[in-house]
Formats: sequence, C-alpha cells, structure tokens
Amino acid sequence: MSQKEVKTVSFRRGPKRGSFERPVQPAGVILKRLWNYLKPQFPLLLLAGLLSIIGNLIALVGPRISGRAIDAITDSGGVDYQNVFRFAGMMIVCYLVSGIMSYILSVLMIRISRKVVYSMRKDAFEKLLTLPVSFFDGHQPGDVISMISYDIETVNTSLTHDIVLMASSLITVVGSFIMMMIVSPLLVLIFVVTIPLAVLITRYRAKKVRPLYRNRSVKIGKMNGFVEENTAGLKTIRAYGREQEFIKRFDEKNNEAVDAYYEADRFACANGPIVNLINNISLAMISAFGALLYIRGGVTLGNISSFMLYSRKFSGPINEFANIISELQSALAAAERVFRLIDEDPEKADAKDAIEPEKVKGEIEARDVRFSYDLGREILHGISFSANSGKLVAIVGETGCGKTTLINLLMRFYDRDSGMITLDENPIESLKRARLRQSYTMVLQDAWLFHGTIYENIVYSRPSASREDVENAAKAAMIHGYIESLPKGYDTLLSDNAVNLSKGQKQLLTIARALLLDSPMLILDEATSNVDTQTEQRIQAAMLNLMKGRTCFVIAHRLSTIKNADEILVMDNGSIVERGTHRELLDNHGVYYGMYSSQFEAV
Amino acid sequence: MKRVLHYLKPQSAKVALQVTIKFSATLLELFLPWILEHIIDVVAPQKDLGMLAMWGTLMLLCAVAAFLGAVYANRMAAKIAASFTRSLRHSLFEKVTALPSEKIDGFTVPSLISRISTDTYHVNDMVDRMMRLGIRAPILLVGGLLVCSLMEPVLTLILVATLPLLGGLLILISKRSIPLYTKAQQCAEELVRRIQENMTGVRIIKALSKEEVEKERFDDASRNVIETDQRAEITMAAANPLMNIFLNVGMAVVIVIGAFRVDSGLTEPGKIIAFLHYFTILLNGLLGITRIFTLCSKGIASGNRVGEVLDTPEKILSVSDQIPLKNAYISFENVSFSYNKIRENISNLNFTLDKGQTLGIIGATGSGKSTVFQLMLRFYQPDKGTIYLEGKPLNTYRKEDLHHKFGVVFQNDFLFGDTIKNNIDFERTIADEARVKAVSVAQAGFINELEEGDETILAERGMNLSGGQRQRLLIARALAADPEILLLDDCSSALDYRTDAQLRKALKAGFKHTTTLIIAQRVSSILFADKILVLDDGKTVGYGTHDELLKTCEHYREIYLSQMGEEAA
Repeated sequence: MSQKEVKTVSFRRGPKRGSFERPVQPAGVILKRLWNYLKPQFPLLLLAGLLSIIGNLIALVGPRISGRAIDAITDSGGVDYQNVFRFAGMMIVCYLVSGIMSYILSVLMIRISRKVVYSMRKDAFEKLLTLPVSFFDGHQPGDVISMISYDIETVNTSLTHDIVLMASSLITVVGSFIMMMIVSPLLVLIFVVTIPLAVLITRYRAKKVRPLYRNRSVKIGKMNGFVEENTAGLKTIRAYGREQEFIKRFDEKNNEAVDAYYEADRFACANGPIVNLINNISLAMISAFGALLYIRGGVTLGNISSFMLYSRKFSGPINEFANIISELQSALAAAERVFRLIDEDPEKADAKDAIEPEKVKGEIEARDVRFSYDLGREILHGISFSANSGKLVAIVGETGCGKTTLINLLMRFYDRDSGMITLDENPIESLKRARLRQSYTMVLQDAWLFHGTIYENIVYSRPSASREDVENAAKAAMIHGYIESLPKGYDTLLSDNAVNLSKGQKQLLTIARALLLDSPMLILDEATSNVDTQTEQRIQAAMLNLMKGRTCFVIAHRLSTIKNADEILVMDNGSIVERGTHRELLDNHGVYYGMYSSQFEAV
Repeated sequence: MKRVLHYLKPQSAKVALQVTIKFSATLLELFLPWILEHIIDVVAPQKDLGMLAMWGTLMLLCAVAAFLGAVYANRMAAKIAASFTRSLRHSLFEKVTALPSEKIDGFTVPSLISRISTDTYHVNDMVDRMMRLGIRAPILLVGGLLVCSLMEPVLTLILVATLPLLGGLLILISKRSIPLYTKAQQCAEELVRRIQENMTGVRIIKALSKEEVEKERFDDASRNVIETDQRAEITMAAANPLMNIFLNVGMAVVIVIGAFRVDSGLTEPGKIIAFLHYFTILLNGLLGITRIFTLCSKGIASGNRVGEVLDTPEKILSVSDQIPLKNAYISFENVSFSYNKIRENISNLNFTLDKGQTLGIIGATGSGKSTVFQLMLRFYQPDKGTIYLEGKPLNTYRKEDLHHKFGVVFQNDFLFGDTIKNNIDFERTIADEARVKAVSVAQAGFINELEEGDETILAERGMNLSGGQRQRLLIARALAADPEILLLDDCSSALDYRTDAQLRKALKAGFKHTTTLIIAQRVSSILFADKILVLDDGKTVGYGTHDELLKTCEHYREIYLSQMGEEAA
C-alpha cells in the first residue's frame, strides 16, 4: 500500500494532473536562461565563431585563386603551365584547409550542443530528485520523460548552431552592406523598405508560431504519458480483450500530437518562402531600378552587377536569420517546458540551523498532529502517540483510515499542518531531512526494484556491504535459495518486467535490502503482504532481528504479525480510536476485537 | 526501413503531386537569377523602358509563383508526413498490443515507449524534410551536370569519374553512422528507464537518501547518450567537408587538364570559366544531397527500430470450431511451462473445474501461482501439455472470444489517471446497473461517499487511493462485465479480514455462475473453494477440498495451522 492512505469519506483529490501548461514566460527571460547554459561554453563558442569567420574568408579566397589559375591559362603568351600548376596546387591546399576547418567547426558545434543538452538534462533530473513526493503523484512519468528527452533535444537541435551561424554571418551582412553603400546608396534605399518588412513579418509570425510549438510539446508529452502508462498496463488490457478500444484512445492522443505537430509545421514551413519572396522582390526591384538608373545614366552596368553580387551576399544571411528566428521559436517553446520543471517548488529547504545529530535514539512523539493533502479536507484529526526507543508500534485500521499518511508525515514526505512530531525531543522539522530519513529503514508493499543485477538491488541500501553480508541478508529473507537456483545467481539481471520474480519474491528482495541497513527506526508498511504466510513465518526470525533494538512502526493486515506490539494504535477515519496491547484491546471488546475475530469468521 | 516507408504508399499520388509542385517552384526560383542577368546584360543596354517593365514584371510574377508553389508544396509535405506518422504510429501501437508476452519481455517496456515516441518522430522528420529539401539538390546536381556536359563533355567526364567515389564515400559513412544512431537510440532507452524508475521509486530513494547515487546513475546514462550521439554526429559531419575537398580537388584537376586542352586548341578559356561557374552550382547540389543524407541516417536508424517491432511475428493460432473433447469447463492436462526455458515454473500441472466452481490456489512465494493465470489467459503457451476451456483446447479460441470471458485482477494492477467510472468501465461500455452491482459486491462503496462519486479523477497509477481501495476498485472492474471466468490474483492482500469476508460472501451470492480462480495467501480466503490447489516450486503438492487437504496434505495443514491454528486450537 504504497503510499498515501485516504480517508474513506473525504477522498483526497489527486494533485491536479500537471501538464506544464502554466502561464507563458516572455521570450527574453527564456533566452536569458538559455544563455546561462551556453555561457560556460563561451570560449568554445568564440573559437567556433572564429573558425567560421576564417572559413568564410578562405571560401572567398578560393574563387580568387581559381580565377588566377584561369588567368594563367589565358595568359597572352600561351598557357603558363608553371602558374597553372602553382594555382591548382594552391587551390587544393586551400580547400583542404577549409575542409579540415569546417570539420573541426562541426565537431566543435556538436560538442558544444551536446554539453548543453547534458547540463540541461542534469539540471532537470537533479531538480526532479528534490521535488516533493506530491509532484510524482500528479505527473505522468511519460510526460516527464518526453520533457527530458524530446524537449531538451529540440532546444538544442538549432540553438548552438544558429547562434554561431548568426554571429559569423553578421560580418558578411555588415561587410556587404558597406560595399553596397559605396556602390550605390540610392539602390540601398530599396532595402530600407524590404528589410523592415521582412523583420516585421518574421516577428509577427514568430509570435504566432510559439503557441503552436508550445502546444506541440504539450501534446507530445501527453501522448508519451499515455504510451508509458498503457504499455505498463498492457497485460490487463489484453486480459480484458480491450486492445481495440485502447488503440482508439491512443489514436486520440496520437491524432492530437500529429495535428499539433502539423499545425506548427504548416505555419512554420511558410517562413522560408515568405522571406525568399521578399528577397526576390527586392532583387527584382534592384534590377529594375538599377536598369532604370543606368538608362538615366546614374550608374554603370558594372556597378549594378557588383551591387547585385553584394546584395545576394547580403540577403543570404538575412534569409537565414528569418529561418533561425522561426526555429528558435520551437527551441523557446520546448525550453519553456523544461524550465517549468526546473522551476517547480522543491521540498522546503532544511532550516539554516537544522541539526544533524550524530546518534539517534529513535524516540518518536506525535502531539495533536493534523494534516490535509488538500486544504480544508483534513485527513488526520489530532493524532498523538509516543514510541520509546526500541518499541514496536503497530498501526491497524480499515483500509483508507490514514495509516500510510501517518508514515508519510513521519518520513517528512509531507509536512503536518499543525501539531508536532519530535524525534529524540527535537521537532523533526529542525533536523536535516536526509538525516531524519536515514534514521529510518522503510519497506513498502510496492517492492521497488530497478534495472540491475539482484546483487546491486540488495546492496543498494548499503553499498559498503560485503558479498557475504548481502548473501546473509538474502538467506535471512529466505530468498537466497531461489537466487542460487538461477543460472547466473546474484548476477541475474532484473529486466523491466523481471518475469521470473513473483511479487512476493520482490518483497523478499526488498526485505533483504532493508536487512543490510542499521538504522535506529524501522517502518514496515505491508512489507510482506504478497509473501505467503509460511515464508513469512520463516523470515520471522530475520524480521525480529531486524526489529530488535529499533523503534518500529508496522502496518499490517495480518493481525498475527502484530500481536507482539508494545502498543497497537487502532485508527478510524483519521483518528486513533483505540490503543493498547493486543491483550488489552481484545479484552476491551471494541473495534480491534471485531477486526480480530472477523479473521476467523466462517464464510 | 522498407517496412516503414510502406506507410507512404497510400499517399503516393499526393507525394507525386507534391514533388511536381515543389519541382516547378524550384525551377521557377532557379529561373530568377537568369532573368536578372538577362535584364542587366540584354535589356538594360537596349534602354527600352517597355521591355524593362515587362521583364521586371515577369520576374515579380515568377517570384510570386515560386513563393506560392513553395508554400503549397511545403504544407502538403507537412500534411503527408503527418498522415504518414499517424498511421505508422497507429500500427506500431496496435502491434505492441498484439505482441506475444515473451516478445514484450524481450523488447522491454522503455524500449517500446521510445520506439513509439522518439523513433516515429525521427522518421516523421525525415519524410517531411525529404519532401521539402530533397528536391532542390538533385535538380541542381542533374541540371549542373547536363549543362556542363553540353559545354565540355571531356572535362565533365572527370567530374563524373569522381561521382562513384563520392557515392562510395557516402555509403561508407552511412554504414558507420546508422549503427551509431541505432546505438544512440538504445542508450536513450536507458535514460527513459532511469526517469521512469526514479518517478515510481521516489519514496524509497528519498527514504534511503539515495539522491546522490541516482544522480550518478542518471549521469552515466546521460553521458552515454551524449557520447553515442556525438560519435554518430561527428562521423556524419565528416561527409560534408570530404565532399567539398573531393570535388574541389576535382576542380583543380579540371583546370590543369583544361589548360592542356586550351593549349592544344581543343577548347577555349571562356568555356572553362563558364564551366567553373556551373560547377559551383553542381557542387551546391551535391552538398545539398549530403545534407539530406545526414538527415536520412538518423531517420533510417529509427525506421529500422520501428520496423523491427512491426516485423515481429504474431503467434498464429489455428482457430477452429472444435467439438468439445472434455467434459470439464476448465482443465489443465500435464501442463509444464518455463519463462526462461531453463527452470520450470510450472511442472506437470493437472486440475479440472466445472462451471460455477471455485478453485483456490495457495503456495509459497514463487511457487508458480501467478503463472497459472498467465497460461490461462494465453499470455504464454505451455511448453508441454494442454489447457482446455469448455472442453476445447485453449489454442483454438479466437483472441477476442477468449478474452471476453475473463474478469481479472492482477497483483498491483493498472489504474490510470481518469475517472473512477472509466477505470471500472475500462472501455467496455458497461451498463450502469452492472457497474453499481460490481461496486457493491467488490465492497467498493467508498466510491459513493466521495464528493464527486465515480466521476472523481484518480491520480497517476491511482496513487491517491489506499492499497485496499485500489484493490476493491480493481475487483469491481473485474466483476463489471459479469465474466464467465474470474481470475483474482492475491487481490485481497490489502483488505482487512472483515472486508475480505464480506467480499467472499457477496461474490458467492451475486456471481453464482462465474467460475472463479483465486490465488491467496490466506487460507481463510480460499477454504470455502470447491477445489484447492497447493503448489510448491511449480509442482502440485495437494489438490482437493479444504477438508480433504487437511487430512491428506501435510503442506496445506502446515499453512492452515500457521495461520489459524493457534487461535483455533
């Protein structure tokens, strides 16, 4: 039972299913934050810019050399072979150098952009780990996966490349603008009309396309969420023969994702041609007016011709800019989603003066603890109890009475609304959170195992444990024999489905994991619910050993497992309604007595 | 990859139209510089304003037509790519739902997830961009070659001679880069897995304060992705400069040979100048092709991954309307099965069950109880022996016919973030009365006490419910369609005894004709069953009624006594 108990009557509304669809951040803010990721790569970026400028220059030199080679052919005194060979050789060297340089440039760009991807992923994931448990109950893993993989990738497909490209072509733009001004300031006037036009249109379209890109990211995330959720539940879907219906449900998400993608694509794919058109119009105007000027005698034909050459050089990058601005929108929309994850409120930071006691005795006291997941819907109504060091406290009660919520508060997965919980007389909020949690060993019903070997899964709780410790823990948890019977023994890889492990066996593995820990307090939340009673009895010795000398909180439905508790708290609807030892409670003939006798009620 | 491109076929007419439009628009655009030169070289010197206006207008018209054509073609490309992706992804998901369980185990879930999402996007990108960018380059290449060969056939031969070399180079690079991209995608699966694990195991990770370890593990995966990605991209990045170098060396050779030819009077220098001009155009075409090629490598790697799933054979079962061979409703005959084919999980299992009867299955953790259900549902096929349903071999049933008979609750079964009602209905359009009855029998009355009743929306994986509430909801789901066969796998472990007992009573009263198989840890959950199967390490150690087993089966008696004995005694 894994996580949170819910009061039967007032059901906790799940945290609203988050889909990172919150208000829009201004582009400037996002760009600034993106720049923070690029900043550490600044020297590399500078180098890339430099390389790209030199590359451009060499590319300009190349045609000049080939021109001179041709001059050598057309030499008035016949073909000048010496020069032909010389210039042909120079050409080869020149292109070789430029080829190598452009390769280095590409490698550099790839490295920079991968570094940015890497650090964005790192930030996003590390943020994820600091988020409160409530976040995970409200977000689909698939959506988060989509964000960390797809969105971050989208941010970077264009970003780095574009910035270097923009920087290096800026020089070409400025250079050719100056040249054009020298040749014919009058013809430049045409650009005074067309360039602002291009800028305006691009800006307008950029503004319009961003929501489309944003929607695209959201819809892809939703589809991924659906896929992740449903592939995991595939067996149930098949058991009920509901494949077609779920395919239909998938189709809905798929359609939404494809449509959102298409909408953005449809809008964005006109950008290139639009800017092209403006360019072409300005070219047409230049040639027409140029010819007109020539006819009127304002310029020479040679001037128009070279003006044209420069204007092409000039408009190429402008064209490029327009495309970049459009691509940047998709990066911005994706980045926005990633930043939202990074902006999620983390668990409250430890107090500045939070203490980290060296030794924890394990005395827990709760005084009038009240709690609600949702304001106004109280789940726990004034819980008070105390557990002295080494005592066993059992918590029983009907399903949904608030047992697991109580555990959530003890571990500070959630913080109480009012009242006080103390550990060794310190309010738990005054302790470093990590220290508090480390002083517990926790075994939950949902056995959590990860992709790795059996050995790695057990040793997870205490990496310093020896092989022998691990095997002893597995022996105590009665799972050693099974592990040994596997062809690869402890090195068996637990794949995602861990087909060969039953739920009970998984629980035994997590118990073995817990056995390696030596913490002053222990929480068992239905830790053996899928283990058969015989095995449970056989691991009883290990469990007793596990509990010895520790303060234990045990939640179990099998009342036989908690009979030895020092105190049993019987909870109902978020309140403790009875407390005492097994004997006392039976003699009391109250709620506990009823629960206990129903175990043996004949059918 | 072929497998995947197959999905473009229904749109081949549209693709042809798109290519034609794009082709024409591109030609128009390539025409523009020519007009421009014409204006300056021919029209302007004539000083004829009328002609100037005409050519100017023509140029404008061409520009506008090229613009319209390009936009239209681009949008068409986007649309074609969208429908292509839609149907590809649909088939992929459909295929995943139909894959045999052992194949799913083989692919692993994170891998299937990334194939459905990222890989289909890469393919989509490839198709989309191919149609948008893939037209211009071949035109430039072919056009450039044509003009060159008209002008200077001999010199063109030199260029043509380098082409196979260039082609070979591209193939060589793709031979290296496609596997690298494939590997990058595999590494990305690891990333997906890490995120998934951390999101589901967040409580344990926080409880053990393992954040640092998890950061490192994620970091490893993340680095791996970056490195393989980088390797693939860096390999690909070599294509462009190499092409450039090769062709320009070719150009130098052209100049040298051209010099000899000019010297011997075979050609004029003017031709060589013009030749070099068109050569630049040709070069641009070739570079364009290289760029497309880069784009394709990633798409092909992803396409192959998608194709791999699509090509996985489904099990074909010989469906036949066989006459019943057995009398019993359900019977297992000498059934043996092993997941890994090394160690048997079920050995030589035999039991029979009449309609309406209940079978209880009990046994130690890992004794093969859940495997019985997996076989019953035909998720896996027995290695030996036969399972009969209604006297007919299970294999002869149509999948739909078979699965409509069942109501199932697995351990920690699947709930999704939707309303409670939809979670129970599970897309079966169940009548309200049936659902109400199921809820009441499943002891899931808590639903009605919620403010929004069965319209309440569940959190992810039903995490805002307690374990017991989840189980009762799942039982309600199993009962809602009034199943012929009910499979309950340890689904009352989180229920307290009283609720469990009430559930059993209600089941008996409300679902008399349903044949039920119950796996349980508690003897009290199954002692009423018509037959009880006691499993130990896959073998049957006891089979009979509660009373018989108490007398004959030591194992069962031990379990019973350990649970009830002390108190009963």
